[in-house]
Amino acid sequence: MLHLTTGRLGSLLARRVTAALSSSSVRMASHSHEVSQTDMSQPMYVDRLDIPLPDKPYKDNLSAEEQSLKKKEEGPWSQLTKEEKIALYRMMFCQTFPEMKQPSDEWKTVVGVALIFLGISGLVVWWQKVFVYPKTPRTFDEEWQAKQLKRMLDMRANPVEGFSAKWDYEKGQWK
Amino acid sequence: MSLPKPVMRGLLARRLKLHLPIAFVLAIGSAIAFKYTVTEPRKQAYADFYKNYDSDKEFNAMKEAGIFESVQPSGE
Repeated sequence: MLHLTTGRLGSLLARRVTAALSSSSVRMASHSHEVSQTDMSQPMYVDRLDIPLPDKPYKDNLSAEEQSLKKKEEGPWSQLTKEEKIALYRMMFCQTFPEMKQPSDEWKTVVGVALIFLGISGLVVWWQKVFVYPKTPRTFDEEWQAKQLKRMLDMRANPVEGFSAKWDYEKGQWK
Repeated sequence: MSLPKPVMRGLLARRLKLHLPIAFVLAIGSAIAFKYTVTEPRKQAYADFYKNYDSDKEFNAMKEAGIFESVQPSGE
């Protein structure tokens, strides 16, 4: 019985894996909300500070005008005007480095949401303290802790620089 | 639109020429500071503690407090 179920499970997983690997698009049977399907197995363009030269140019399908400009780029660049150079740059790249480095307000969202979730967990911990945790051990009682402290002083715990060093044994009080 | 060619080589060496001495000074400085703010006072504190330390008196005080298992307070 067990052999049969594990065999079925194995073949199911194998079929899912091969479907994911063999198809060139990312679409799975259950995946319904992605409109344009990017082929992640092909080189992609990214605007990233740590990837200065992306795997492919930004613009793929060039108009006739842009194609003629690309032809002109093959010649001496001193013959290109400033506007043409900028147009060629914008064909190759989407954003410039200063544009990429522009600060945004995203950090406020991140910090805010993180604090919200921290607050929620705080509420959960409070509920746990009221409804879940058992009574604290007897060693937490005031009386027990006072006796514990006296015992530490009697034993001369850390008498040079630490605990008992701060207690005045003649007067019976803290220094 | 012609900018001067930027420096292409020796960038790490240039950075190290400034920051390596700073690193050494800060490291050695913090070691010296630690020595004279922590270790020397601590050595002095121990010396002072044991200068007039009467171990018999301390032992008897502890014995009377009743913390030992091998010897009971004088009353019992």
